Amino acid sequence: MTFDHPNRRTVLAGAGAMILTAANGLIVPARAQGVAPTPSMRGGANNYRPGAPIVESIGGGGFLMTGTVRRAGDGAPLPNQRIQIWAHTTEGHERDPQSHGATLTDANGQFQMDMPQIVPAFGQAHGHLAYDSGDFQTVFLRPVMASARDTSLQADFVLQPA
Amino acid sequence: MTPRIKSALLWGGLAAALGGPVAVAATSPLLEWRQPVYIAAGLAGVIGLSCLLLQPLLAGGLLPGLGMRRSRYVHRFIGVGLLVAVLVHVGGLWITSPPDVVDALTFTSATSFSAWGVIAMWATFAAALVAALRPRLSPRRFRLGHSALVAVVVLTTVVHAALIDGTMGTVSKWMLCALALAATAKVLADLRVWRLFMRRRA
Repeated sequence: MTFDHPNRRTVLAGAGAMILTAANGLIVPARAQGVAPTPSMRGGANNYRPGAPIVESIGGGGFLMTGTVRRAGDGAPLPNQRIQIWAHTTEGHERDPQSHGATLTDANGQFQMDMPQIVPAFGQAHGHLAYDSGDFQTVFLRPVMASARDTSLQADFVLQPA
Repeated sequence: MTPRIKSALLWGGLAAALGGPVAVAATSPLLEWRQPVYIAAGLAGVIGLSCLLLQPLLAGGLLPGLGMRRSRYVHRFIGVGLLVAVLVHVGGLWITSPPDVVDALTFTSATSFSAWGVIAMWATFAAALVAALRPRLSPRRFRLGHSALVAVVVLTTVVHAALIDGTMGTVSKWMLCALALAATAKVLADLRVWRLFMRRRA
């Protein structure tokens, strides 16, 4: 087979191979840094209330939200970062002030929040988390629970300087 | 089977198919953690889905005891009811969580089912508009437009409903969706709608 005179078959095969390769993610843009920043998720900022207080737990608890906060590039854990959490739970709607609370990451960049059981709302059982303190770029996450019966949910942040 | 028994079985089955899912949704444990507006919005969605089973049966005159004339008359009333159900559904969700509904209406939602729901909503409005304009349309254009639009409504609504983790029970939801699809397909086939899509011979 020669490529001097591409026929329909070779062109289609070539184009198909290119599309497959691109869709596979085999071609990735060159990255200067190692750990890529977490992009905000669609709908992550819905029913966000700025300035939620730092609390020991949201309501009565029983459900555990956990996660990590790291720096983009070197992936270093970021201690003392304020993460805000809210969800539709057995104790209130996403919009209710008592459904919102914030916590700080520990020395290992890990955070956890005891909160009421998240229940399905707007079609999915999901939580909302925000980093919005300003030192790094703001990120809103909206993780979805695999099952509405889960009693924990994890969300990880990789932040880039503002 | 005498026609009387057959008729009773059909009406009984229909009542169960329509009432069952509403009863399941109305007693869902999720309701405990929802406000009245959100509960009403969800139930309006279930009732709207029920209408999608009733409408083709009425349009095709398949319900025993109702003549074709009366069937089509009721079809129009249920059609208006479906419109109201869609408006209560979307309006109630809007009051419950405006940003989620804005995301859905602008097709920027995190959830794919909301996009299917919004397509179903616009197709419902369009099908109702075609029905309202019926006196000004040729019979062929009316049937072509209304049939094509309601086919979109039923298909997108079923996808919308299937993807949602909500108050409807899994069994009752799938049963109602399957019946709505089957009834729509049967009536469109009985009316030989596909012939309208063929080019007319000169």
